[in-house]
Amino acid sequence: MNLYELTVAEAMSRMAIGDLTSEALTRSCLDRIDQVDGEVGAFITLDREGALEQARKADSERRRGRVGTLCGIPVAMKDLLCTKGMRTTCGSKILADFIPPYDATVVEKIRGQGGVILGKVSMDEFAMGSTSESCAFGVPQNPWKKGYVAGGSSGGSAAAVSAGECLASLGSDTGGSIRQPACLCGTVGMKPTYGRVSRYGLVAFASSLDQVGPLCRDVTDCAILMNAISGHDQRDSTSVKIEVPDFTSFLVGDVRGLRIGVPREYFTAGLDPEVERVVRNGIDLLRLAGAEVVDIALPHTEYCVAAYYLIAPAEASSNLARYDGVNFGSRDTRADTLMSMYKDTRSAGFGAEVKRRILIGTYALSSGYYDAYYKKASQVRTLILQDFQTAFELCDVLVSPVTPTPAWRLGENSDNPLAVYLSDIMTISANLAGIPGISVPGGFSEDGLPIGIQIQGPHFDEGTLLKVAYILEKMLGVTRMPSLG
Amino acid sequence: MKISRAEVEHVAHLARLHLTESELSKMTEQLGMILSYVQKLQGLDTKDLPPTTHAISVCNAFREDRVLPSLPQKVALSCSPGHNEEMFQVPRII
Repeated sequence: MNLYELTVAEAMSRMAIGDLTSEALTRSCLDRIDQVDGEVGAFITLDREGALEQARKADSERRRGRVGTLCGIPVAMKDLLCTKGMRTTCGSKILADFIPPYDATVVEKIRGQGGVILGKVSMDEFAMGSTSESCAFGVPQNPWKKGYVAGGSSGGSAAAVSAGECLASLGSDTGGSIRQPACLCGTVGMKPTYGRVSRYGLVAFASSLDQVGPLCRDVTDCAILMNAISGHDQRDSTSVKIEVPDFTSFLVGDVRGLRIGVPREYFTAGLDPEVERVVRNGIDLLRLAGAEVVDIALPHTEYCVAAYYLIAPAEASSNLARYDGVNFGSRDTRADTLMSMYKDTRSAGFGAEVKRRILIGTYALSSGYYDAYYKKASQVRTLILQDFQTAFELCDVLVSPVTPTPAWRLGENSDNPLAVYLSDIMTISANLAGIPGISVPGGFSEDGLPIGIQIQGPHFDEGTLLKVAYILEKMLGVTRMPSLG
Repeated sequence: MKISRAEVEHVAHLARLHLTESELSKMTEQLGMILSYVQKLQGLDTKDLPPTTHAISVCNAFREDRVLPSLPQKVALSCSPGHNEEMFQVPRII
């Protein structure tokens, strides 16, 4: 077995007994990147020297008995998490040369636990997309099949973990952007409860929906990463002061008596039969393991996409107003008036999808349309939240597909934004309701593409999600590494 | 729901964006599609229903009133494409 194939937990135990150094592990990941990233295309910025230096430092800290929970583990950061002194592009031309003067809280936490940051990975521009194809610095491919999307917007994170280029990665999820690429690339990905993880230093897309979370090889690693990044942060006023449990304590193989809700609206027309087969199989296994399966209704599911594609763009149009060429980012210098400087800078710096969302959002918030669009969508958001509250009186978790289909070909649907938006139907409601969700590998399509199973639960109950994901992982035993290179 | 070319142009101005002729045509068509789709929300009765702006609302997130280190001026200016060591510079506005 190659070193880069190790899980975080495996690498930590081998380093603990002196059988492995972080330097060797980090070199193995860097070699793997050299070998396969030409094809996978996950990395935007690779910090080879910096990573080796951090690895040697981790090794020396370990010798002195100072061992953080990620001491010497090579990780990759989605390129919208600010990294002090390391370029953070957000996948956009407008931030092509942006070098943040500070670390995001989650980056600080990973460094604080001894994690080795290899570099920054690809994503849809400003996290707006489901395929990572709108990245201005190269598009990642699905490591399981040439010419197929890795998903998005955290496509680089999922592809890098899946291809063995890093042991774990942090991504962000505004409407499925961790769970969907994790599903399409056969990795584990968790979107924590809104407020569980600090957003300080995460470049904002839609502030009431964004949440940082891990993408990992397995559920145990996901729990380890959740332990490392969770907790209140006074620099993010929406982070919640609530106790953080030891997430690894939920990794017990027992779901007896647990009520598994199956939302019927997620199993309707449009669901690929292969996806349905994999998810139903997962539900059957949970029943065999002693869980009780309950039929659940989420009656407002069909309104989620419409509400989301008003609320998220509205918030984005406001957040992205800051890219005007004044404080940071690029500036178009030809203009002689302030107004044309703003317009030239923004028009040259943003790609088509970002412009489209800024326009929808600006329209939805503009005078005369606010009540009909933004306010209406926010009221519908209340109904969606109530759907989940009612559901969680009847069940402990919801088990469903993550996406209606496995990964699709690169370039498909690129002219039909609405078709792509509709593929987010099973993930965006969790963001609107603020609840946690996880995608765990469930099987493969006949073409060899991974299919994930989604588990969603009540606010701050990530532990139960991990428990269910862990037992599914144990019972399914899905292969975790594609053959590449 | 139709949105006119002129409306898209107006919204683009509000959003501080220039659109080329072909971008304008494409956006008019695609925004029209998206706005027609979101019309389905109008079919729901939301009278007297409070809007949700945050699924988990944190009320009064105060912290201790203590001075903490912040970015020095030089560092804060270092990311700017135009400054004179003391302040951000933009084309003249008066």
